[in-house]
Amino acid sequence: MPLLISYSLKNVRARRLTTSLTVLGMGLVVFVFCAAWMLSHGLSETLVATGYDENAIVIRRSSQTEVQSILYRDQAAIIKTDPGVAVGSDGTAQFANEILVLITQPKRGTTGTGASSNVPVRGVSELSFGLRPNMKLVEGRMWRPGTSEIIAGRKVANGFEGCGLGEQVRFGTRDWTVVGVFESDGSGFESELWGDVEQLMDAFGRPVYSSLTFKLADTSQFAAVKARLEDDPRLEIDIDREKQYYANQSRFTSIYITAVGVTVSLLFGLGAIVGAMITMYAAVAGRTREIGTMRALGFSRSSILFVFLVESLTISMMGGALGIVVAYFLRFVEVSTTNWDTFAEIAFSFEMSPMIAVIGIIFSLMMGLVGGFLPSVRAARLKIIDALRSR
Amino acid sequence: MKLLKLLFRNSFRHPLRTVLTILGLAIAIMSFSVIRTAINAWYVGAEASSPNRLVTRNAVSLIFDMPLAYKERIANADGVTGISLAQWFGGIYVEPSNFFAQFAVEHDSYFDLYPEFLVPEDQMAAFMAERNAVLVGQKLADRFGWSVGDNVRLTGTIYPGDWDFVIRGIYTGKFETTDENTWFSRWDYLDERMRVETPGRAGRVGTYIIQIDDPSRAAEISQAVDAMFENSIAETLTETEEAFNLSFVAMGSQIVLGLQIVSAMVIGVVLLVLGNTMAMTARERVSEYAVMKSLGFQSYHLVGLIAGESMLIAIMGGALGLLISVPINGVLGVALSMMFPVVKMDALTFIMSAVISGGVGLIAAIFPTLKAVRTPIVEGLRIVD
Amino acid sequence: MAETIVRMESVSKSYWRDQLEIPVLQDINLEIPEGEFLALMGPSGSGKSTLLNLMAGIDRPSTGSVKVAGAELANLGDSDLARWRSDSIGFIFQFYNLMPVLNAFENVELPLLLTKLSSSERRQQVETALSIVGLSDRMKHYPNQLSGGQEQRVAIARAVASDPTLILADEPTGDLDKQSAEDVLELLSRLNKEFGKTIIMVTHDPRAAESANLTHHLDKGELVTK
Repeated sequence: MPLLISYSLKNVRARRLTTSLTVLGMGLVVFVFCAAWMLSHGLSETLVATGYDENAIVIRRSSQTEVQSILYRDQAAIIKTDPGVAVGSDGTAQFANEILVLITQPKRGTTGTGASSNVPVRGVSELSFGLRPNMKLVEGRMWRPGTSEIIAGRKVANGFEGCGLGEQVRFGTRDWTVVGVFESDGSGFESELWGDVEQLMDAFGRPVYSSLTFKLADTSQFAAVKARLEDDPRLEIDIDREKQYYANQSRFTSIYITAVGVTVSLLFGLGAIVGAMITMYAAVAGRTREIGTMRALGFSRSSILFVFLVESLTISMMGGALGIVVAYFLRFVEVSTTNWDTFAEIAFSFEMSPMIAVIGIIFSLMMGLVGGFLPSVRAARLKIIDALRSR
Repeated sequence: MKLLKLLFRNSFRHPLRTVLTILGLAIAIMSFSVIRTAINAWYVGAEASSPNRLVTRNAVSLIFDMPLAYKERIANADGVTGISLAQWFGGIYVEPSNFFAQFAVEHDSYFDLYPEFLVPEDQMAAFMAERNAVLVGQKLADRFGWSVGDNVRLTGTIYPGDWDFVIRGIYTGKFETTDENTWFSRWDYLDERMRVETPGRAGRVGTYIIQIDDPSRAAEISQAVDAMFENSIAETLTETEEAFNLSFVAMGSQIVLGLQIVSAMVIGVVLLVLGNTMAMTARERVSEYAVMKSLGFQSYHLVGLIAGESMLIAIMGGALGLLISVPINGVLGVALSMMFPVVKMDALTFIMSAVISGGVGLIAAIFPTLKAVRTPIVEGLRIVD
Repeated sequence: MAETIVRMESVSKSYWRDQLEIPVLQDINLEIPEGEFLALMGPSGSGKSTLLNLMAGIDRPSTGSVKVAGAELANLGDSDLARWRSDSIGFIFQFYNLMPVLNAFENVELPLLLTKLSSSERRQQVETALSIVGLSDRMKHYPNQLSGGQEQRVAIARAVASDPTLILADEPTGDLDKQSAEDVLELLSRLNKEFGKTIIMVTHDPRAAESANLTHHLDKGELVTK
């Protein structure tokens, strides 16, 4: 068996040009395949980093997203005093009222082309920061109370005009100055502008909240808290764990990306399989006399089948490895698009995971198997006499 | 001319290999044309716009609305010949995945501004008569199996609660590019309930649709309208309908870009498949080309034979690919009909596919041609299977 | 007075492999008159095929002059050489080298496509050539439907179809069984005696050489006449 395998490998090396072209083709397909999965994974990684399991977020019933939700001060007051809300050592409820609106801003480098997108602006209260420990101000400073100052997430600062440190954005009849830039482990918050909730409510003339976020007093009791609050006739709300909520926010976009990506890869994959078949049929045809000799020497049909399948699998695996390695470098590419679930712009990047690499290898092996199967069968079924006689 | 016979027969010397190559090319070209068609579907909406219509919205973003009071002032602006209003309703029909566009519109003005929506007179009369009447597009009705007279309930997201409607009419599009996937309810029905439940939200409008007499004055009129509301709490942004539609396309621009990049990669696949086949062919025929040279055939004969064979296979692959893409575009159109009115291959895609096929046919022939021309006759003859 | 068809003066040929010069032919001087049937014999590696290739213009000498059918080959560029070849030379290979996708008729017709003959004129010549070699009944057969001997005869027909000045045969019977070899040699003989064709044949088989009028020997690149 080791002899047979080394025979296969040597043959792979011998027909270098043809092998290279086939490997490149396979590599390209696996690259596209991995890229699609990486994009989807990158999106979910961004959202997974957004929010904590220990926090719960409240929006108005059926509103689906914060932007469409409206909560009143009296509702907030009721929820704030609920026993499910954690209380800090100083006696204050770990609770934050927030508003979320969208503003239209041009992306950097596109001013004048009309290519704008919707940037989320979150009005937060003091405790909003405490609820999200991974929030870090990396440039500039916090806003001063009572002013038209805001801070920007890293991705918004980089991607949109007027949102960088020291720049100004106009909305709600005021000019807002970006005095700081924050990061939060690459989460979705980095695609947002943050400001003081009271200032923003005033500027937009909207005396209502979009959502309420609080830390759970006992995170294992979430179900009970959910039942209690959702059944309360005064409230009419939906409540989710914060992390779950943000994960749900990308469902359609995620499905869309995966569906498009996988469809494209499968189409390409068919092309690669055809390419592999062509190469393998030629390999068989070129070595007919060799095969006849091997059979005459006593090698069985199944060993011939084995030899050619190994050759095909080797080529496809080389292609797969190539595709995965090149795809890995996509992680330096950042993608920014409108999340159609929330209508807001979200930035994320391609993320490789061990599982994607594994799926990529399996995909390439499958292509090699399917592509190499029929030619290998043909090789195995050659009649010895015909094979020896061929020129 | 007799050489054509040689060319043709050479192409099919290994029928299986040639068929597989054609198949591989066909798949690639089909992918290319389908991806491009999917990309174009995004832009069709912009094509359906009318140069005589402008859209006014809150300057901050679409999620903010404007007061009803603006209507009168805009209507009196110079150059404005008609005005209506629409509010995105955003309700859920049974479950969120059944998404379709819903607008609450001013019932007695909206369809004057949109003559491309064709509604039978009696149905329009019913829509005018009842507050909770709804007009739906033909494709939307087909999707959910609705008929005139059906009661439909939506669960509001922006406007909370359950909303009951009756379908009083089904509209069809005058042009091929006209959308038939939208639901139109009446704005006064929405406003009435807001006045009762949440008075703060009554009298608010999401977009104003303005009809102008002179399209060349669009920019001027837009600016004049926006100037009216500058420094108010709801500043406006007015633009042509086309610009408005295109702004949505821009939101998905990176995905579109990604798809364009992928469609370009298809060319790479095509080149590799055909290049591989031609390289194999080149190696096998070395001695034959040497014999032809020894018989006195010139280099250009060889170029013609090899390039001709490559082009023949490439063109057959491309033609087959385009042929297959027609029914696939059809399926795509049905699947995407909820978002895109029209999904069809355009002339440019067809031309590009043809050019790619031909171009690849030539490029794939370069290496084998060079090899055949440059290999000295003696060396070529020396190679025996 | 017979014209000299081939004149080679001080011809040498070397090949280069990895910086090493390998001499194949050394200082060859040769004159072959019209109507000659010459056999070139020698052990393998003696350079006999190379000599033939130089005469056919499919290879160029390192030094010396090669004049064939009135043309000084060194003066001809590659495309002129190709044209000259189609007019003047008929080449027969050891491994027949027919186009597998063309039938016998079409294979023989192939070199005629380079001429200005009309379709019917070409057909005339092809049919004549095939009847000379005795394969008129197999015109539509493909090479894989013919025996080795028949394939070689088609190759001979191809070589004579354009009525060349000189016929060169490189081990024409090398791949054939005894009977077929005899048939081929008889054919070549007839071409020479009946049709006056000048033939130069490379062979390692002494019995094949018997069909020829004259035999030259090559040893280590040098000519020895017997």
